[in-house]
Amino acid sequence: MSLSVDIEKKLGGFSLRVQLDTDDAITGLLGASGCGKSLTLQCIAGIQRPDRGRIVLDGTVLFDSEHRIDLPPQQRRVGFLFQQYALFPTMTVVQNIRCGAHALPKAEREAVTREMIALLHLEGLESLRPAQLSGGQAQRVALARMLAARPRLLLLDEPFSALDAHLRDQLQPQLRTLLQQVGRQTVLVTHSRDEAYRLCSRLCILEGGTAVRTGPTKAVFADPQSVAAARLTGCKNLAEARRLDENTVEVPAWGIRLQTAVPVPETLCAVGLRAHYFHPRTAANRFAVQPAGSMEEPFEWCLLFRYAGQNPGSDALWWRMPKEKKPAQMPAELGIAPQNVLLLTRP
Amino acid sequence: MDWFPLFNSLRIALLATGLVFFLGIGAAYYAARLPRLAKGLLDALLTLPMVLPPTVVGYLLLLLFGNRRPLGQLLAQWDVRFVMTWYGGVLAATVVAFPLMYRTARGAFESFDVTLAQAGQTLGLSDTFVFWRVRMPACRQGILAGVVLAFARALGEYGATSMLIGYTPGRTATISTTVYQLWRTGDDTGALFWVGVNLAISAAVLLTVNLLERPAKGGRP
Repeated sequence: MSLSVDIEKKLGGFSLRVQLDTDDAITGLLGASGCGKSLTLQCIAGIQRPDRGRIVLDGTVLFDSEHRIDLPPQQRRVGFLFQQYALFPTMTVVQNIRCGAHALPKAEREAVTREMIALLHLEGLESLRPAQLSGGQAQRVALARMLAARPRLLLLDEPFSALDAHLRDQLQPQLRTLLQQVGRQTVLVTHSRDEAYRLCSRLCILEGGTAVRTGPTKAVFADPQSVAAARLTGCKNLAEARRLDENTVEVPAWGIRLQTAVPVPETLCAVGLRAHYFHPRTAANRFAVQPAGSMEEPFEWCLLFRYAGQNPGSDALWWRMPKEKKPAQMPAELGIAPQNVLLLTRP
Repeated sequence: MDWFPLFNSLRIALLATGLVFFLGIGAAYYAARLPRLAKGLLDALLTLPMVLPPTVVGYLLLLLFGNRRPLGQLLAQWDVRFVMTWYGGVLAATVVAFPLMYRTARGAFESFDVTLAQAGQTLGLSDTFVFWRVRMPACRQGILAGVVLAFARALGEYGATSMLIGYTPGRTATISTTVYQLWRTGDDTGALFWVGVNLAISAAVLLTVNLLERPAKGGRP
């Protein structure tokens, strides 16, 4: 199982430039809306044509601009789950699924269709039309239809965006189990860091059409390397910074100097401090702070604070903790361990 | 009682509607994919017969297919004559009804959700299958409206038809040319009879469409 993508495409004023090599089971494309995630997926499926580049799946060249190879989507055997599921509105559930298996001889086609109905628990819904299905059912029908075509690669375009939050949380583990069961390599597009973290073993972060960080999910969260990646992985406190020496950075907006655990790169442009990592008893990087408000969340508290020497024009910092750990009042000083200072460079 | 005008009108209108169905949908399908400028130009050209006076269309058809015109003479080699023949009526009705089918079908295609076609492609379905089994059923309301409009227009065609095929009882007479002829010769009874026939057909067509347009059972509106 391996997918290699190296493509460029201009679309109006937007230009996409993505490089992605992965043999992981589930790879996530994470980015804000309009960053080119969906376009990348459409290029892999063949429903959009890149201007330049090469796409190779398990040794089969799907697209190669130099050798003028451009397999039509019908021959790529790449399954695509659309954001709104794109079920054929005039066909019933079973007819939709049968469309996926249309290439097989009749007996086999019926067997595959029945197998998919059982796999996705669609018994009893066979004769309904898409408009009569709930969001979760529509997603299962679309997955069944896609899998009935026996694709070599699965592309999921924001599979949960059409569902409400409760259903989304319920269906994520189910999708994970299903993907493990069918054992096909998968690329999933999302703008949710939780979804990316829960489902993907590898991440590619896109910003403005460019892949800014690729790596194993945990490594990307631990060391996002760029401001865009830090923001997309949920880092709340970001500020411009400059390197002072091997292990020290200066953050002018916050009026502090931070010690780092690893050598500071020459190209450093900013630092990030995750809201969960502050602690009053951490000795390192401990500075005087002043309270700047608080916000209660369902299961956490979020305390806002400013450093004593902080530039008045800059935003307050976030400190998050479980409810039972909330201090009676804002401590005078807060520290953060050197290994939790995210060092960010320009990509 | 001579029923020829009814028979002639129906065969002309049905044949013209059949032709317009394929031509209009074909043109709409390709026009919807063209770049904006080309689409605008093609659109203006294809819609022209709708806004021109039918007599002007009839005159243009005579210029093209007249017995002494190059195209008319060319076709006459295979014994195909559009002047003063009933299939000239099919030609006139097709030209006049075409824009109605083309425009309604194009509107329907443009509001078609393109991800449905893309989903079909990624499932390995051929473009032909996607067109006839996904796109056309999804656009059926618009297509149906276009067919009805085209049929009604073809049935009611008078101006271009009378110029191209004239009025010959038992050969080229249609309901509309017969009504004119009977009125001109002072036969009010005859004219009123054919007016009644025309009203009955039009009412029947429109009622059928209203019944067909009801949303399918079980589907949400």
